[in-house]
Amino acid sequence: MIRIDSVTKRYPDGTVAVDNLSLEIPDRSITVFVGPSGCGKTTTLRMINRMIEPTEGRILLDGKDLAQQPVNTLRRSMGYVIQNAGLFQHRTIVDNIATVPRLLGWSKDKARARARELMDRVGLDGALAKRYPYQLSGGQQQRVGVARALAADPPVLLMDEPFSAVDPVVRKGLQDELLRIQEELGKTIVFVTHDIDEAVKIGTNVAVMRTGGHLAQFAPPAELLSNPADDFVEDFLGADRGIRRLSFFSTADLGLLTTPIVAVDSTAEQISERSAGDVPYLLVTDVEGKPLGWSEPARLTAGAVDPERLLPYGRPFEHGKESLRAALDGAVLSPTGWAVAVSADGRVTGVVSQQTIGEAIRAAHAEGDPDGRTDGRTDAKVAG
Amino acid sequence: MNGGIFDIPSDLQNTYWGLVGLHLRLALIPVVAGLLVALPISQLCVMLRWLYPPVLWVTTILYAIPSLAFFVVLIDYTGQTELTVMIPLGVYSLVVFVPAIVDGVRSVPQETLDAATAMGLGPWRRYFQVQLPIAAPAIIAGLRVATVSSISLVSVGMLIGNQGGLGNLLNDGMIYHQPRLVWLSVIGTAVLAILADAFLVLVRILVTPWMPRGNRKPRPVDEPEPESRPEPAAAALEDAVR
Repeated sequence: MIRIDSVTKRYPDGTVAVDNLSLEIPDRSITVFVGPSGCGKTTTLRMINRMIEPTEGRILLDGKDLAQQPVNTLRRSMGYVIQNAGLFQHRTIVDNIATVPRLLGWSKDKARARARELMDRVGLDGALAKRYPYQLSGGQQQRVGVARALAADPPVLLMDEPFSAVDPVVRKGLQDELLRIQEELGKTIVFVTHDIDEAVKIGTNVAVMRTGGHLAQFAPPAELLSNPADDFVEDFLGADRGIRRLSFFSTADLGLLTTPIVAVDSTAEQISERSAGDVPYLLVTDVEGKPLGWSEPARLTAGAVDPERLLPYGRPFEHGKESLRAALDGAVLSPTGWAVAVSADGRVTGVVSQQTIGEAIRAAHAEGDPDGRTDGRTDAKVAG
Repeated sequence: MNGGIFDIPSDLQNTYWGLVGLHLRLALIPVVAGLLVALPISQLCVMLRWLYPPVLWVTTILYAIPSLAFFVVLIDYTGQTELTVMIPLGVYSLVVFVPAIVDGVRSVPQETLDAATAMGLGPWRRYFQVQLPIAAPAIIAGLRVATVSSISLVSVGMLIGNQGGLGNLLNDGMIYHQPRLVWLSVIGTAVLAILADAFLVLVRILVTPWMPRGNRKPRPVDEPEPESRPEPAAAALEDAVR
């Protein structure tokens, strides 16, 4: 655990970058510092590896004051990832990653073997090992940056706007990758960003900071969205707070209808049987059970289904894995107002109406407590 | 004497190739010494920003001192020796090296330095493992200018008695009215400069495999641009003649 204890950073010219900050960063979780520029988030991060020394207060790592520890030893025990990766342009990828192990006195062979292992872990092709940074794309360089930070298996990982300089698609990939790696490795990650969506997506806890180095709120993202501490936080969270909060509610308890579903090769009998009841539409699937589109029962003729003439089914959501936000998005996208639930392999497991989703949302709000992180994080950005 | 084109007058007490070797030694030792002196000076200038302008100013002033004036002062201490020629050459090289190294080291991106610091590289490791290697192309560019200019400047050493390498031959050629000797001296000096420059280009290619290819592609024959480079030499010769 990292404990920031009444820390102030004041520069000689009187500027206060961080003002009496106290908070606890729990182990094996991602703590995100977010805020506008000049809020002291990067300063805070840099005080943790002593690239900046606090003017007042102290920071403790597992109860030990950082100021009492040899600075380079301390830094080698904390991985550090920055914007634009900051790779050593004169070293190959594998040697970039092997930097800290080499500093710790590992043999060249052992350090390089470890580096190759990490390339694999962060999703880099081993063929890139002997390349130089200029030969890699921005996203690949950033992966190298993450691998380099993880090389000596440090318990703490400091990340300073690591994904800000890459395009949104690559950024989403890197975020997902980070969450996956975190699930495997369980590091204590301190992550700085100015992007509140990123903070909400990857943070276990989010510290919202405001200009002048004040902590505005420190809470898990779901709580931040449902219960912002003040106008500043609410404003910073931006629009669609309610919708975004749905990312933290699971679809596992959503009641699915399985009746209004017919395969494309169904007989007339099966069609009429399935359209019994007051369901206005039938979902047509292919022979494997993957969705094709909606149709009114009356327009369906056995053996002569034209997939071109079916109504679009929007974006299906993965039942139990994706959030209510994804389900609602799917229902809103389809002209029928029904969302399609699928299993991991894309086969339809059921359909659900906007009404049912609305009831689930109300029920979830009534419980008040979102069901934790695992459901929300995978798709927090899907609909946004 | 058997009339070979490389035969030279006996008063030089040397062969042509001996003069070539002497010329290289007189030219290159000051460059290496200049580089070794410039490295710490430049690092100080990088660390203490305010120091850079005055240092640059001093090196420029030193460069403006005619070599003859240097010789006059130095002969009292070092006599008519090679050292008397080498000291001014070494001092002149600083005007090239200091800005080249300072700019090279400053060109290292801040995030690269931050990353190095954050990974626990102390100041020495940062300098030798990160800043210096990344500044290498700029330093080698400076080395090329310094080397070529030093090779052409050595000739003035003839003024203090046969300490000018191939320059002595130029002197003899003028005294004995033998154009062949003049050509041997001038062409020999130019060829040395071109070869030294080409060698340094090769070195740069070998030590910087990490540079994007577009920037490091050598020109087919990497000429030391005769129009611009011999200028210091011409100026120095003028000084010398004065």
